[in-house]
Amino acid sequence: MNKQLLCAALLWLPVFASSAETKVSEHVLGNGLKVLVKEDHRSPIAVSQVWYKVGSSYEPGGITGISHMLEHMMFKGTDKHAPGEFSRIIAENGGEENAFTGTDYTAYFQTMEASRLAVSFELEADRMRNLHLLPDELKKELQVVTEERRMRTDDNPQAKMQEHFNAMAYSNSPYKNPIIGWPSDIENYKVEDLQAWYQRWYAPNNATLVVVGDVQPKAVFALAEKYFASLKPSELKAIKPQTEVEQLGVRKMTVKLPAKLPYLLMGYQAPVLKTAEQESEAYALEVLAGVLDGGSSARLESGLVRGKQIAVSVGASYGLHSRLSEVFTLEATPAEGKTVWDLESALKDEIAKLQINLIDNDELQRIKAQVLAKAVYERDSGFYQAMQLGMLETVGLGWKKVDEYVDKVNQVTAEQVRDVARKYLIEDKLSVAYLEPLPITGHITETKTEKGVR
Amino acid sequence: MRIHLLSFMLIAWVAFCSPAQAAAKIEHWQTPQGSRVYYVHTEGLPMVDIQVAFDAGSARDGSRFGLSALTSALLDTGAGQWNADQIAQRFESVGAQFGANISNDMASASLRTLTDKPLFDKALETMQVILTSPSFNEADFQREKSRTLAGLKQQEESPGELASIAFYKALYGDHPYGHPAPGSIATVSGIEVADLRSFYQKYYVAANAMVVIVGDLSRQQAEQTAEKLVGGLQTGQKPEPLPEVALPVKAGLQHIEFPSSQTHVLVGMPGTYRKDPDYFNLYVGNHILGGGALVSKLFNEVREKRGLAYSASSSFAPMFRKGPFAISLQTRNDQTGQALDVVNKTLADFIAQGPTEAELSAAKKNITGGFAMRFDTNKKLASYVSMIGFYEMPLDYLDTFQPYVEKVTTASIKDAFKRRVDPQLMQTITVGGSAKKSEK
Repeated sequence: MNKQLLCAALLWLPVFASSAETKVSEHVLGNGLKVLVKEDHRSPIAVSQVWYKVGSSYEPGGITGISHMLEHMMFKGTDKHAPGEFSRIIAENGGEENAFTGTDYTAYFQTMEASRLAVSFELEADRMRNLHLLPDELKKELQVVTEERRMRTDDNPQAKMQEHFNAMAYSNSPYKNPIIGWPSDIENYKVEDLQAWYQRWYAPNNATLVVVGDVQPKAVFALAEKYFASLKPSELKAIKPQTEVEQLGVRKMTVKLPAKLPYLLMGYQAPVLKTAEQESEAYALEVLAGVLDGGSSARLESGLVRGKQIAVSVGASYGLHSRLSEVFTLEATPAEGKTVWDLESALKDEIAKLQINLIDNDELQRIKAQVLAKAVYERDSGFYQAMQLGMLETVGLGWKKVDEYVDKVNQVTAEQVRDVARKYLIEDKLSVAYLEPLPITGHITETKTEKGVR
Repeated sequence: MRIHLLSFMLIAWVAFCSPAQAAAKIEHWQTPQGSRVYYVHTEGLPMVDIQVAFDAGSARDGSRFGLSALTSALLDTGAGQWNADQIAQRFESVGAQFGANISNDMASASLRTLTDKPLFDKALETMQVILTSPSFNEADFQREKSRTLAGLKQQEESPGELASIAFYKALYGDHPYGHPAPGSIATVSGIEVADLRSFYQKYYVAANAMVVIVGDLSRQQAEQTAEKLVGGLQTGQKPEPLPEVALPVKAGLQHIEFPSSQTHVLVGMPGTYRKDPDYFNLYVGNHILGGGALVSKLFNEVREKRGLAYSASSSFAPMFRKGPFAISLQTRNDQTGQALDVVNKTLADFIAQGPTEAELSAAKKNITGGFAMRFDTNKKLASYVSMIGFYEMPLDYLDTFQPYVEKVTTASIKDAFKRRVDPQLMQTITVGGSAKKSEK
């Protein structure tokens, strides 16, 4: 290791970190809508995102996936606009748009030339309160969502296993349900269910409007006042905590599916920034994930793919910015001649090493260097910056946590990484799933060379 | 397509977006060994994106399908005095991101790094050694080959992948575009490390190299960077151009039975190439037909009106030679026939009638109104510059893009589609459960 370079890196990076400070302006409308604006004048573009505090983890049994279904229906017309017109207007203004649903949020976005921000505000304000939920449109869109589920989950062995794994790894946390919903729930949504969900959650006091781009905060606030201020707030009832019960021992499952390769998923119940006794634990788990899987030099790729050559692919993931506690996940596909049990044991060895020995200083510095560099790279994207602000605000951490991230990761010590490994990556908090491939039948090719079209 | 994500995937959700005021100012020169360099200076962030690309994609595989991909995969597993761990540590200790990739036409190595000198220098030196002195060790080769074979096996559990492989075969037959980039289990099994060495020696040469630099480096720094990266390559020569694509002689229909709940459908034929005089007519026409994300004829007919699929779109993928024109969708097995009818009718009507004036005007507004968003990040800009450089497009490509779009008329689209998209030659691939089966 070249020490001189490392020192240079460390001397330089904090200086940068402070100059990189995000300048975000905040304004709250009388009806409770929070508006966040961040200037980025490198391009004459603005991204505008509306984040609602609702997602699959808000859903009671029987209507899982309804947040996602409603997201689809939000493109199906209002008092003022016919179904599909929203997208047509955005397209004619040169815009890109879409929406996404997660466990803790539903968000809608448009990216356009900054001078056209009003187009997006007008349309978003309109559908925040005046959505038409039409039975015929729902009938068609239900089919679309069912096709989406088939494509993403039903015909994808690893995704399907992940779904079953979540249902086991969580006992009572709503994270046990798929974001897209269980099939029988999707089949049985009624217009009334969607109407009730919309009425309950789509209100200015349950939303955050984020704008990043070539804009002036004052002008954006004035524009937000113009389009959103007249919307009535709702009386929001707090949702129940549904705090996950303590796990009392290891859980294991086998998932048998037509597939070609076996696959292993392991997950340890772990706190996140919002639920940790001390915030430092969440940042230490973040660094721990980096030690295992922060690039090609990290332990899993180096040790299991290259060193022992027992995996063809391997990964670790942990998200510290969710609303409720998560599982710290490891996944791997065995190399030819190796089994998921070989992998399980090798992964546990890696965990054991983290519990016994302190990680090297070089290793720790490498993780930090990557985090610091990524903080620069992320600023290449206005969309990503808006995502971070919107997400942290929506899960209840507050957007200011974005600014703390780099510093807090920088403060993590080797001892803290060892301590969270000892505390959380233990057998009693573990869930394991094995994908057992079943033969793929069929696979017969028929070729017809007569004219294939009408 | 409405995105739907798991929350933890968000962290990995890579940047798509922000620099470049007017269309970018691309500076171009050649190194003494004959490598082409394309450079754009951007300010505001202390970072740079660098790419070194070669005409060495899967189309150069010869009979060893997968050779280009394996050669690329081996690059950062050993070079100079370093092994894979040391290479990875060198990049990651300075927060740099390195990747090697291939497409049908191109093999490339990419680096994203901070520009602070000690960090930048270390990353650049590592990349230079990778490009000029890769080791191609037998042990690394055997490991990467096994991983490729596992990946090829895994493809067989994906109806979408199977459809794509069959589609390229149907469109291109024995043309170098006809086989999948990772190769097949049979061809990859036969590749040896010596094949990689000769592939590298033939194609990873200065005369066949291009360098793209986009970021906060001065012109002088950019010149030094390019020289450092490719100065140590053998001079070599440019390979012969790829052969022309022969169009299929008649329409084809192929069904692959697969135990999935959906059938993956691909319909298409060889379409357009980079310097095609019809390019803008085909591009704008396709935008109306099925290229616009949430607003297009196919999206409207297949999804909005009938709820037959989650995604339904069409695209032209221009390459050095005619890349595919492809219509794609996925639908419940027993709806496949209906979906295909809708697709074929929509396409036939579009070819026969062309777009309406209103459709064309809306498409132009979308394309030109959103023009700045095509290169509003260093990442997106670098990928445009790479395309312009690799295919030797005019340097003012981005400046002339909008005028060319504006010139397109309903008549010129109709004319181009009539000549270039022929229902009588269309290849149709379906992969899924047969309709009868799923009705039981």
